[in-house]
Amino acid sequence: MNDFIRLGHGSGGKLSHDLISAILLPAFANTILNEGHDAARFTIQGANLAFTTDSFVVKPLFFPGGDIGRLAVCGTVNDLAVSGAEPLYISASFVLETGFPLADLQKIVNSMAATAREAGVLIVTGDTKVVEKGAVDGIFINTAGLGRLITGVDIKPVNAAPGQDIIVSGSLGEHALAVMRERHGLKFPGEVISDCAPLNSLISELLVAVPQVAVMRDPTRGGLATTLNEIASQANVGILLEEELIPVNPTVCAICQIFGYDPLYLANEGKLILFVESSFSEKTLATLHRHPLGRGARKIGQVTAEHRGLVGLRTAIGGIRLLDMLADDQLPRIC
Amino acid sequence: MLAEIQRLARPMRLMEVCGTHTTAICLSGIRGMLPPEIELVSGPGCPVCVTPNCYIDQAIAYCKLPGMIVASFGDMLKVPGTASSLAREKEAGVNVRVVYSPLDAVQLAVDNPLYRVVFLAVGFETTAPAVAAAILTAVKKGLRNFFVLSSHKQVPPALRVLLALPETKLDGFLLPGHVCMITGLAPYAFLPVEYHKPAVVTGFGALDILRAIMLIMMQVSGVAETRLENAYPSVVRPDGNPVAQQMLEVVFEPDDSEWRGLGVIAASGLRLRREYQDYNAEYNLPVAVAESREPEGCRCGDVLRGFVQPPACSLFGKACLPVQPIGACMVSAEGACAAWYRYGQGRWLA
Repeated sequence: MNDFIRLGHGSGGKLSHDLISAILLPAFANTILNEGHDAARFTIQGANLAFTTDSFVVKPLFFPGGDIGRLAVCGTVNDLAVSGAEPLYISASFVLETGFPLADLQKIVNSMAATAREAGVLIVTGDTKVVEKGAVDGIFINTAGLGRLITGVDIKPVNAAPGQDIIVSGSLGEHALAVMRERHGLKFPGEVISDCAPLNSLISELLVAVPQVAVMRDPTRGGLATTLNEIASQANVGILLEEELIPVNPTVCAICQIFGYDPLYLANEGKLILFVESSFSEKTLATLHRHPLGRGARKIGQVTAEHRGLVGLRTAIGGIRLLDMLADDQLPRIC
Repeated sequence: MLAEIQRLARPMRLMEVCGTHTTAICLSGIRGMLPPEIELVSGPGCPVCVTPNCYIDQAIAYCKLPGMIVASFGDMLKVPGTASSLAREKEAGVNVRVVYSPLDAVQLAVDNPLYRVVFLAVGFETTAPAVAAAILTAVKKGLRNFFVLSSHKQVPPALRVLLALPETKLDGFLLPGHVCMITGLAPYAFLPVEYHKPAVVTGFGALDILRAIMLIMMQVSGVAETRLENAYPSVVRPDGNPVAQQMLEVVFEPDDSEWRGLGVIAASGLRLRREYQDYNAEYNLPVAVAESREPEGCRCGDVLRGFVQPPACSLFGKACLPVQPIGACMVSAEGACAAWYRYGQGRWLA
């Protein structure tokens, strides 16, 4: 590990993983944290709860399909939902820079309120801090969320086991490209809109129909590849994906080819990955397809007993390659 | 196609000159599909990898000068120089900007009239025309704060140097489609004529590459005559792109250039012509740079010469990782070591 923080430590890939394993986990280790899920799961006076927190530092603050406020609510709602919980309450803390326009703050707060209504959660507490210009980039938002674990489901990364199918709820990479387009002023044909959305209604419908779902994650920073690597490593299983089955919107595909990005590493904010015993795959897909956020759901691969800890991809021409964890931020290539 | 490859298989070493081919080969899992007698080795075709440390050191020296903006393609940022990298300097607060095109760097100069903008111009004939266009744009706008630090390179002189090395035992070449799209085929005609080496220009899809491998194997095994073959005619015209060639000719002239792993190669680089000297960073912005050196134990040079495969380097996958590269070949998306590591040629196939 380097002796100082680099931008890549926040990429959600290998550097983030190393930072958490080397510094945070050893210091805070406990059975709840060690489960390594998107939300902590515990019981208080007979109530089975899930608890999570996240910070949002996205730039630009407004992008096609969303804004930092919508992202903050969706991110926390989704972390609870993929842990098998019904999201209930959210906190919202703001770190604001002097000079930040009140009109923008109003827009962001309105967006948070609307997204909370859409997700059926209440924003019940919060905090505001103001720092000097330059100390933060306009506005940073931290959210925490509390939810009730849905009875009869047991969802955690170590449940991944050979014989399970891997399903994704729709096409990948749209959020990251929508943000990058705004951030870097990229000019490309076609429209790319962030998929930023609360997944709790999709997930609750799914868990009623298929409570056997074993693992669920939302592939945010680091994308599909990094998320699956984390699961493969936590559960000590192998994963083999089929490239031809992975849904990627053709515009996203074309832009990735131009700039040298891999859509499998791009962040999503409204997609779900789940692992389920293959005998329940059809039912899972049928349930997902009935929901607007799951119409593009596809089975993309399987859990294997070989290549434990690794994620492989069978390419369109039949070769197999490793799909490693994102090493660092993806940068545009030269040619 | 695979059956034909299987049928023609005999021990042979083929070089994919272009870094994008290396990446595509690893990305599609082609190596694992080929008979074991066929060895694919990478060549000096990754622009970031062949750029020597002294260039990185010079760029870092520029970014530390007051009133300076260094503009670069993203790949260059993480390449370690002798003591630091542009990415580290950027994290420490100097003004390094990632641009997506040389024209973006010109715009930076327009938008920041009180700063001097130095664009790091690396790459082969594919990127050089865009840099030429940027300089001509700067001329038209009358800019006096835009400069180019040119390390542009041309592939054919490097291949001649490679073929003259006794350790090089190559049976054929997959030639870079993007470069030939600009240059046309003529610069590579010497490969079959002077060295009797099969050479096939190809695109970057997995099937394009498999087909090119098959075509080279046909030449090596005598099924077809040894020649320069264009297997990418939809993109590569025999005479290339005359407009881009002319733009290159107007702005640049050949110059000796230093390559990582290959040393200084006569007339293998491109420098700005005298008429555009006002835009030459080296000429106008002298800067002191301490002596550059390569990282200890790093075998990037041997990888770029096609002498060894990346795992032969003792640092590969241990001290040298994509997340913390020691050598340039582990940095770029087109670097051989990065492609081998990322796509698991030494791990999944083990």
